[in-house]
Amino acid sequence: MGKNLAYIILGVIAVVFPLVVTSDYYLHLVIIALMWVIIGSAWNLLAGYTGQVSFGHAMFFGIGAYTAGIFVTKLEISAWWGMAFGGVVAMLIGLFVGWVCFRLRGPYFALATLAGGEIFRLIATNWEELTDGMVGILIIQTFTSKLPYYYIALALAFLSIYVIHLVMKSKWGYYFVSIREDQDAAESLGINTTLYKNISLLISSFFTGMAGAFYMNYMAFIDPHVVFSLHYISIMAILVGIVGGVATIMGPAVGAFIMVGLQETFRSAFFGLAPAWTSEAHALVFGLLVIFVILFLPNGVVGDWQKIRRNVFRIGTSSS
Amino acid sequence: MALLEVKNLTKVFGGLRAVSDVTFHVNQGEIMGLIGPNGSGKTTIFNCINNYYPITSGDVIFKGNSIKGMKTHTICHLGIGRTFQVVKPLSRMTVLDNVTASAFCRINIIRDAREEALGILEFCGLIDQKDKLAKSLPIGGRKRLEIARALATKPELLLLDETAAGLNPSELDEAIELIKKIRDGGITVLIVEHIMKVIMTISDRIHAINFGQTIAEGTPEEVANNPAVIEAYLGEAYAQC
Ligand SMILES: Nc1ncnc2c1ncn2[C@@H]1O[C@H](COP(=O)(O)OP(=O)(O)OP(=O)(O)O)[C@@H](O)[C@H]1O
Ligand SMILES: [Mg+2]
Repeated sequence: MGKNLAYIILGVIAVVFPLVVTSDYYLHLVIIALMWVIIGSAWNLLAGYTGQVSFGHAMFFGIGAYTAGIFVTKLEISAWWGMAFGGVVAMLIGLFVGWVCFRLRGPYFALATLAGGEIFRLIATNWEELTDGMVGILIIQTFTSKLPYYYIALALAFLSIYVIHLVMKSKWGYYFVSIREDQDAAESLGINTTLYKNISLLISSFFTGMAGAFYMNYMAFIDPHVVFSLHYISIMAILVGIVGGVATIMGPAVGAFIMVGLQETFRSAFFGLAPAWTSEAHALVFGLLVIFVILFLPNGVVGDWQKIRRNVFRIGTSSS
Repeated sequence: MALLEVKNLTKVFGGLRAVSDVTFHVNQGEIMGLIGPNGSGKTTIFNCINNYYPITSGDVIFKGNSIKGMKTHTICHLGIGRTFQVVKPLSRMTVLDNVTASAFCRINIIRDAREEALGILEFCGLIDQKDKLAKSLPIGGRKRLEIARALATKPELLLLDETAAGLNPSELDEAIELIKKIRDGGITVLIVEHIMKVIMTISDRIHAINFGQTIAEGTPEEVANNPAVIEAYLGEAYAQC
């Protein structure tokens, strides 16, 4: 009951937020955070719930973004069509990656996704007839106001969380977690582990590709270094998941806001209050953050919420 | 009628012949014991039956058809359930979720799968632990969970690999009762067990191996009185008494 009420209040705040906070700057940050909710949730489905850690979600994000961009520049179709197809194309690439990697066990999948992200960055850089290479793709934004983008991002973030929530309550969800816990046991219990790892990957790549296509529409500019970035996309997806809490539904949502907030704090050198060099320090701080989270909050902010309450807020809760 | 036939089964690991030309069958409705000293190849035979390891040569026939080379999960769907000697609980799932995940083998609707899982937990005496994480169970509970999970896949043939090892005497009696109940429920059982009390009381027939090769087969008395078995296996165990 209390939980439902909290969700309703959260929903209402989310809907009225841009009507109250009209600053384009803050609206922009929240739109980006909502986009990261989608990517983080998608990464979490595959890595957190299914146990298949991806170091290359930039691959799916970039493919989604380029699909939308190429729709405009080469096919002269609205980039919004790319929103639907960005996810589908990313899914096709996911199908190929899974088909190749999931027969093998161990770290192959993680390594293959890492390589995959880099390969697609190189393809996007060098296949100039299709992608315009390093020049990138520039389109004309559909809306001048940020409001429509905000609501689209909100709807997509809600959709991705809700779909993943439903999946995790279904047979598929049980199978994903079983595979994460013990692949041999899962096989002997009748679970086609290769098939279900692929299903998880397909859902994950679809949502990530959709987020990429949204990014193209919203930012109106992409180039290979931005959307296929190991650092800003693949690693960020992992951070969003880990900081928020892997294998929790709301973890990536919380992680997205924390990470986008932190990133912006550093990018802007503490909103101009600190010396400019601090903006260079964010990679270091992110590294320290990961160490801190792994040591003290291995289940992330959401997974270890009770622990945080006990230690930080000193609110008595039932013993663990 | 033979439910399972293992024919001339051989499994080689590198230079080691872990199982060498073993042939036996399991009749519908019986409890068949498989015994042998440590490292004689019992677990390897199980792993070959459900293709956890590919077979080097020989064949495995289930209900008249060869299942050699089929995927492990397919073999489960065909009706062969197994437990692992080194238990493999789905640690960070609850006991109920462990069994529910297995029940999805035959049931697609979540409410029905949970219902089925609850029934099996009741049957296996784990119902009080249903909301605990599997990793928090003591060894006796984990062994039961192995059995419960395998049962949830509704097997016709159940392979039990040392499910009584590590249990205390009262747990042992419960385990024997449980295995008998499973057989009475119409499930054929192939059981590997070191504890003589268990294997001799519940088996209808016993197949004995040593160094991966068959040394005897027959009723519990026949096998217990077989010189080769006494030499290889019982001798070692009884010599210590
Ligand atoms: N994956 C493997 N790779 C190499 N050798 C193996 C492997 N699995 C088992 N073996 C070897 O095969 C032989 C038979 O082992 P197995 O586990 O089948 O014996 P067991 O009869 O089940 O023994 P125990 O009573 O101790 O459980 C042993 O020598 C073992 O070392
Ligand atoms: Mg063994």
